[in-house]
Amino acid sequence: MAKLRGRGMSSMNYPIGMNLGGDPSQALVHSNPSGKFTVSLSSIDLGQGMKSVTRQICAETLGVPVEDVYVDTADSDTGPHCMGSFASRGTHRVGNAVMAAAREARGVMMEAAAEELEVNVADLETDGRGNIHVKGAPHRSISTKDVAIAAQFRQGRTISGRGIFLVPLSDVDPETGEMSPATCYAHACLVAEVEVDDETGEVAMVRMDSAYELGRALNPRLVEQQLVGGAWMGISHALYETPEPYYPDPSHGPRDFVEYLMPGPGDICPHDISVLERPAPDGPFGAKGPGEMCANPVMPAIANAIFNAVGVRMDELPITPEKVLRAIKAQGGARPQARR
Amino acid sequence: MLELRKDIFADERDDNLKEIGKPTQRQDMLGHVTATSVYFNDHKLQGMLHLKVLRSPHSHARIRRIDLSEAERSPGVRRIIRGADVPRNLNTLLSLINFGKDDEPTLAVDKVRYKGEPIVAVVAESQREAFEALAKIRVDYEPLPTVFDVEEAMKPGAPVINETYPKNTFTYHDIYDHQKIRFGDVERGFAAADHILEQRYQMSPIEHAPTETNGSIAAPDTNGRYVVYTSTQALFFSLDTCAKILDVPSNKLHFIGGTVGGGFGGKVDTVTEPLAILGAMLTGRPVRYMIGREEEMLYCAPRGAERIFIKDGVSRDGRILARQFRCLFDSGAYTRLSSYAVVKCAAHLPGPYTIPNVYAEVYCVFTNRVPATAMRGFGVTAVDFAIECQMDKLADLVGMDPMEFRLVNAYRDGDMKAHRREAKNTALIECVQVAAEKAKWRIRDDFKRMSSLKDVGAPRAVVPAPAPAREAILVSRPAGQQRTVYDRPAPPSPEPIRPPPPPPPAQPAAAPSHGAIRFSSVFGGRRR
Amino acid sequence: MAKTPVQFRHNGREVAIFVDGGMNLLSALRDEIGDHSPKFGCGQGGCGACTVLIDGEPVLSCITLAETVAGKSIETADGLKTGPELHPLQAAFMDNFAAQCGYCTPGMLMAAKALIDRNPDPSRVEVVDAISGNICRCTGYEPIINAVLAAAARRGERRA
Repeated sequence: MAKLRGRGMSSMNYPIGMNLGGDPSQALVHSNPSGKFTVSLSSIDLGQGMKSVTRQICAETLGVPVEDVYVDTADSDTGPHCMGSFASRGTHRVGNAVMAAAREARGVMMEAAAEELEVNVADLETDGRGNIHVKGAPHRSISTKDVAIAAQFRQGRTISGRGIFLVPLSDVDPETGEMSPATCYAHACLVAEVEVDDETGEVAMVRMDSAYELGRALNPRLVEQQLVGGAWMGISHALYETPEPYYPDPSHGPRDFVEYLMPGPGDICPHDISVLERPAPDGPFGAKGPGEMCANPVMPAIANAIFNAVGVRMDELPITPEKVLRAIKAQGGARPQARR
Repeated sequence: MLELRKDIFADERDDNLKEIGKPTQRQDMLGHVTATSVYFNDHKLQGMLHLKVLRSPHSHARIRRIDLSEAERSPGVRRIIRGADVPRNLNTLLSLINFGKDDEPTLAVDKVRYKGEPIVAVVAESQREAFEALAKIRVDYEPLPTVFDVEEAMKPGAPVINETYPKNTFTYHDIYDHQKIRFGDVERGFAAADHILEQRYQMSPIEHAPTETNGSIAAPDTNGRYVVYTSTQALFFSLDTCAKILDVPSNKLHFIGGTVGGGFGGKVDTVTEPLAILGAMLTGRPVRYMIGREEEMLYCAPRGAERIFIKDGVSRDGRILARQFRCLFDSGAYTRLSSYAVVKCAAHLPGPYTIPNVYAEVYCVFTNRVPATAMRGFGVTAVDFAIECQMDKLADLVGMDPMEFRLVNAYRDGDMKAHRREAKNTALIECVQVAAEKAKWRIRDDFKRMSSLKDVGAPRAVVPAPAPAREAILVSRPAGQQRTVYDRPAPPSPEPIRPPPPPPPAQPAAAPSHGAIRFSSVFGGRRR
Repeated sequence: MAKTPVQFRHNGREVAIFVDGGMNLLSALRDEIGDHSPKFGCGQGGCGACTVLIDGEPVLSCITLAETVAGKSIETADGLKTGPELHPLQAAFMDNFAAQCGYCTPGMLMAAKALIDRNPDPSRVEVVDAISGNICRCTGYEPIINAVLAAAARRGERRA
């Protein structure tokens, strides 16, 4: 009659983008007369931060402050085609499309600035604060606002750009399965510590430590949101939720949130995360995408931690107290393994 | 809480960036905290009607007769929509990329294949009046035998659920009922192994349970178009699906997405938009079709259940020599996106480990339950659960620390993967090392020195010799047996302990083989 | 069907609407008043997305009859700002990145407001208890808990 602690781990990778590719996204970037930029997308923000990440990518590529960029999304009349927000493709595919569009727009902007300052384009750089100046001579400068006005009203240039990013569709060999699934992968390793009550079968989360490799953390706060929120969902998948508790018998499905169980704010545990960055050669600034990767490692880490705690193997999800208790009883009692 | 390990892979990065890497506030955060972010349902349209559907109470049944006479007279009803009113009633989502056959009706006509399948749509002045009208619809069903277990569904003689796929499995490359992975010779690997471990894993369905349910509002717009406010995750995907089902040019539809109140993959299937738009077309008024919570829980697509059989051969020094998979995806009654998940799963095998012999059969199986769809980790989540539980058991079997066991088998740059592509940009080893350090999980110094960039090349980098042709894996053993293989001690070897077998002879240095005997695309052709 | 007049205070303003018998407060607020801040998450009282305050108490508006709020004071997330200034809870949610899709946020804010209005210095356990009726599927709750504690602390500093 005890609460027994145990630790378990898992390691895995995750493919970025739709399997086999063939999932394009497009973006348009244009400046208004006073040097403020709009990114037009049809891409959808589900809360994963699509608008925010593409805004930062655009600002970095253009060389302007992020406050000078606004992302407009989710209108099929104004946003060019995007395959959609799924398969961890947003940062990679849409991000790359935005970069391509921003690069084209920047090219026009720099040429317009060069004409105003009467120098070569190659001699100019942006300061990221709204100015374009001659390299090594910051006093010879012009604001992006003035460039936009000059381009539009005197030079007859449009400071705008178009971008598309497509990983070409891969074939699949029917006999061997040979294929090109993805151009880059994110990685993770997670350690979970649980406490198992050997009288009730309940499993409580004690803590998690993890390392995720994501290419580049474009915005560490957004990455944190995904990794923390995703890990919570992983706990929920591992220990709580299913619409078919007696699968494959479809009866007794939950009808509401009272019956569909998920961990509440009192069921969470501390989670310390390290983020590694090995840039993907074809990611925007090397970025991959954590959106789906973040939930997966938790489930097996918890199952393995339960083994460490009480010596039973839980091979079916979700790991309910009933299943744990039955397994402990079948074993003749809890058998704690060597502490990891 | 979160730290950035800038020291690792530093030589591969240029960190001299201005905006990237900054913890900039989200563009939409102010809207969220002031409750001004716009979701699809935050539009009030004059004269909006409400659409609700009648759902099948049977998991499998023929529809003999539908009597709408009383419902049509019900107060507030403006229009009732049947399958015959839908211009192209039969569809499959991935027909947009030429993958799969049209198998799912928007509204069932002669047969229902899962409990909850929509049959009739009622459009009324209020949601209440729509519900009251639904209760007055009389349907005569002839119940049919059901099948809920994927292995039962695959047996000869099982009830045919989806006549488009009469053996209850999706067809790959026009000829196979599964997606194959064949890499090396697993039987040879098993024969050379010191331990064999064969296990069964099961993940039940999972509901996306976003706080916002699926829904859309469609309204006649100016100049003959229709505006659609929708919760979709994929704007053009939904737009084009509706254009197909309703047989209208795509530029007749103006889709406006909102912020989505949680997607996780459950808002791709375009379940509400076609009927909402059709309702608007037939009534000339705005129509909202919003899924209720009980509807979402019971009848909207979940993550599909997966049953996974893994057989491993491992040497006593911890190297996995051969890995064999049989994965069964429960697609429910219709294909939706499960066909694609199967290929994604196959592509993911055997996990981020370099295993010289890999064999897999991955199936998309139909059963009489709610069709499954994409969910966070689609095609990968369940198989990674299975693989990582299996890795832990293998480590235990050979008496190795689980972290060290991962490191021994981890893939590195230049390794050949089971889908015959070179591994690049790998980082599994570093993640394991960092996590171990963080969790104060002791690993030996040798393992701390490993790297994704070292100890690469042949024989890890080449495609091994193929296996002789063989039969597909036999139908699995019954569930009760699943623990005995693991608990059984390794059989006594007939001869004294022999040294670990040498690695297979290096193939002549050649480019990774792309020249498989026959290439055919999973997709029939390019998108129109 | 005859409609019932209902008069009440909505975010400090006197309002009067006509409701069908059986109409719930969530529908009344969204469809009759035009306040879209409380959200429909389940209509079953299970998720908290519809949380509003009635005379300072957190209430699930989807299972509250509109007729029963006559003469009472209703507060929704729409009324949290003071002019253009954010409520401390709103500012704290921003600083702590406590929203992703944002759908649970209005209800979460009201549940939190009810707590810190009556308990200016809550413990973490008390915050957890106060938001336990509000489901969030995105954040994992940690940043929300931190935000509520931060808001309470900041308010405490202002008073001191």
